[in-house]
Amino acid sequence: MSGTAPLRRAGLVGPALVTVLVLVGVPLCIMVWVSLLGRGTTIGVDWQSVPSLANYARLIWEEDFDGTLLFNPTYLSILWRSVWQAAATTAICVLVGLPVALWMASLPRGLRNVVILLVTIPFWTNLLVRNYAWLIILREDGAVSWAVNALWPFGPVQLLYNDTAILIGLVYSFLPFMILPLYAVFEKFDWRLLEAAYDLGANRWRALRRVIIPLAMPGIIAGSMLVFIPSLGSFVTAALLGGGKSMMMGNLIQMQFGQSRNWPFGAAISVVLLALMMLVLMGIALWKKRAEQST
Amino acid sequence: MNSAPSAIAVRSVSKSFGRGDAMVRVLSDVSVEIGVREFFTLLGPSGCGKTTLLRLIAGFEELDSGDILIDGVRVDHLPPFRRPVNTVFQSYALFPHLTVAQNVAFALELQDLPRAEVRRRAGEALEMVRMGALAARKPAELSGGQQQRVALARALAPRPKVLLLDEPLSALDLKLRKEMQIELKQLQAEAGITFVFVTHDQEEALTLSDRIAVMQGGRILQLGTPREIYERPAHRFVADFIGEINLLEGQVSGHGKVRLDCGAEISAGAGQAAGARVTVAIRPERARLVRGGVLQAEVTHVAYLGTATIMQLRLADGGPFLLRAAADDLPAIGGRVQVDLPSDALQVFAA
Amino acid sequence: MNLRRLPLTREIGLGVLVYLYVPVVVLIVYSFNANRTATVWTEFSLDWYRKILANPSIREATWNSLVLAAAAGIGSTLLALAAALGTKTRFRGRGLVEAVLNAPLILPEVVVAVATLMLFVAIGVELGMAAMIPAHIAFCIPFAFLPIKARLDGMNPSLEEAAQDLYANRLITFRRVTLPLLWPGILAGFTLAFVTSLDDFLTSFFLSGPGSTTLPVYIFSAIRAGITPEINAISTIMLIVSVALVVTSFLFGRMRR
Repeated sequence: MSGTAPLRRAGLVGPALVTVLVLVGVPLCIMVWVSLLGRGTTIGVDWQSVPSLANYARLIWEEDFDGTLLFNPTYLSILWRSVWQAAATTAICVLVGLPVALWMASLPRGLRNVVILLVTIPFWTNLLVRNYAWLIILREDGAVSWAVNALWPFGPVQLLYNDTAILIGLVYSFLPFMILPLYAVFEKFDWRLLEAAYDLGANRWRALRRVIIPLAMPGIIAGSMLVFIPSLGSFVTAALLGGGKSMMMGNLIQMQFGQSRNWPFGAAISVVLLALMMLVLMGIALWKKRAEQST
Repeated sequence: MNSAPSAIAVRSVSKSFGRGDAMVRVLSDVSVEIGVREFFTLLGPSGCGKTTLLRLIAGFEELDSGDILIDGVRVDHLPPFRRPVNTVFQSYALFPHLTVAQNVAFALELQDLPRAEVRRRAGEALEMVRMGALAARKPAELSGGQQQRVALARALAPRPKVLLLDEPLSALDLKLRKEMQIELKQLQAEAGITFVFVTHDQEEALTLSDRIAVMQGGRILQLGTPREIYERPAHRFVADFIGEINLLEGQVSGHGKVRLDCGAEISAGAGQAAGARVTVAIRPERARLVRGGVLQAEVTHVAYLGTATIMQLRLADGGPFLLRAAADDLPAIGGRVQVDLPSDALQVFAA
Repeated sequence: MNLRRLPLTREIGLGVLVYLYVPVVVLIVYSFNANRTATVWTEFSLDWYRKILANPSIREATWNSLVLAAAAGIGSTLLALAAALGTKTRFRGRGLVEAVLNAPLILPEVVVAVATLMLFVAIGVELGMAAMIPAHIAFCIPFAFLPIKARLDGMNPSLEEAAQDLYANRLITFRRVTLPLLWPGILAGFTLAFVTSLDDFLTSFFLSGPGSTTLPVYIFSAIRAGITPEINAISTIMLIVSVALVVTSFLFGRMRR
């Protein structure tokens, strides 16, 4: 009987595992291969070309007419913007999410469930639609734009199509991902620890810094991962609110598979994006391991 | 009380929780003065308001009315972190992310003391509870008794004027609890500060306290030394709650006479009007087996304890009576005995 | 002074709720505005809803989205159900298997989408439904897997043992005991997978071919062409459908606990 168990297990797990491996794992491998190839003429890739790192080099240098390599900041600045925007989004989400989660945990049970539902709903509504809503609010002939321009004395302000608009959209898209894990921490929080901190002479600020935040760290880390990673790879927000002027890596990748028809370069940027993500995940794993060892 | 300020003065304090129909009055018009270096115990059954009173002193709850003074200074408006008291929590509330040493140093660091001073005083506090060897451990790696000691050290380290202890021994097993009782008493002498101790364990209260306040239903029923509380309980509730006692119902039959429901007539109840229902109380060790005693009883159970014998008796009306006698005094079960009730051992409460 | 409530948390909390809902409310309100320039409110009207109902390309896109979401929902739920049953007991590599199944949750969608595009082009799969359905099934698997797995983990193992003790064979045990108990989890998993597929834009954007445009892809290109009240109306419908599905699935999951 027990001899057939592994077989039955393989039969149950196999189909899902194969589906994910074939439709996600294999494509990622192909992508790494394509990132080493040259650009094709009919489709986006020349399968026969000799593998090289030229596509990665293109992210940093461009070739002049006479073949000399010149430093080209265009792509690096997009890379930098992506990382910076994702980091800023994460930071804002922590700063805003922490008090919100604390507030939620202090609510009476009935009201608390309503607020949890209210925070969860955007989680499941269309990302495109939610970013589009900001497009309506921030656009030139919108009420917000009108009000800001009426109050701002130094000439017309453009609210859309800049880094700030993207930041607003990213925070809007991913804030619930930060609030919910933080709330999960505070829901189980032993509030007597806070009383103990006050009792030992900590004022509210110091109790927050020395007791609440250290104990909320697992939630902060989980939330930061859930916010940083999708922000880094986001496409829709910059496409709608950045208006082609402010691009992120996702948009640059899409461009190579759209207008530019340069699949190998797009694949190279994708690999860089994946690598950046891995780096962040590994950093967090390392940090966690060290934190666990010290306990 | 003398003219020096008491360590803690609680004046006409009232406190309710909830609103409207769900409102519960937890403390009503409680006043008490606690002296400097006193080991003061708030004793009562759960829900009597003792913990709420302690939390009001610590500053975790807000007063509805009245005021609280610590060392002669009003503290009603002060948050807990500005009050010169520290608390040992029932659950210890040790910070799980900090080591034992860091827990004990917590308050000292907040006082911005120099680092060497912090380390020295935290070390001292840990030595005081004999936990110096485990300073690098996290709370989760300690036993209940060890956590208890760390919680004590943490609360004592900032040298508070008053230490508040909220049922600190309730989570320990009996043997450890007895050990810690002795240690607490020694610690108090060593630290030379006031202890305010909350417990529902009357034996613990009698053992440890200089004075006890017995609380019930949000009021202090009696305030006194353990001896006063035990020997001269002011209320039927106090008599019943502290130690073992026989409560006999009866009616005042004339001047200084009470006819008990079991039929016997005794001399008691001098201040009561004739015809009033009363309860007569006597401790088991104060009643005596005497030929010709006023109570007729039948022996139903005998327990030999070595130092004494506990006898369970049945009175004429079927009511139980407990009697504690010298160890060699062993009547047979089912035998008939007579019990004498010395009038100086009797307490009479109006029903 | 409530010591547990830290200052400003309530204000920030209420502010965040406003921040989360004002844009959505604005969007919904403007979808009922008679005026084409969405800046000023003129009067209530259902014109835009009438217009989108009459628009054949929107109808086609909606149909495509529903077919795709149904296929992806059913496909991923079946695969996830089997996988959850297979990972019920501990075995070597179980953590790895679960990590692979959940990988689509953390991988950047834009990367997976273009990678899948390259795979399909390389092996000659024509873009359109034939490409979108398998891709959607793959990334919906974790959304179906997690609720089913949670339900299964919360199940009392002695129930299955009791059934077998009462002479039910493995199949009967599954049909008469496991499946009925698992049902709320399966339904929740299916709903989440369905909604995830319905809301997906990026994967469909890269893999849809002519004639197989989905609603989000249609909305995206419409926005690119210019903001119109019709987009507000479709967006409103999409929002309401998603919210309704998710809320019912949550209520259902809670009811049967």
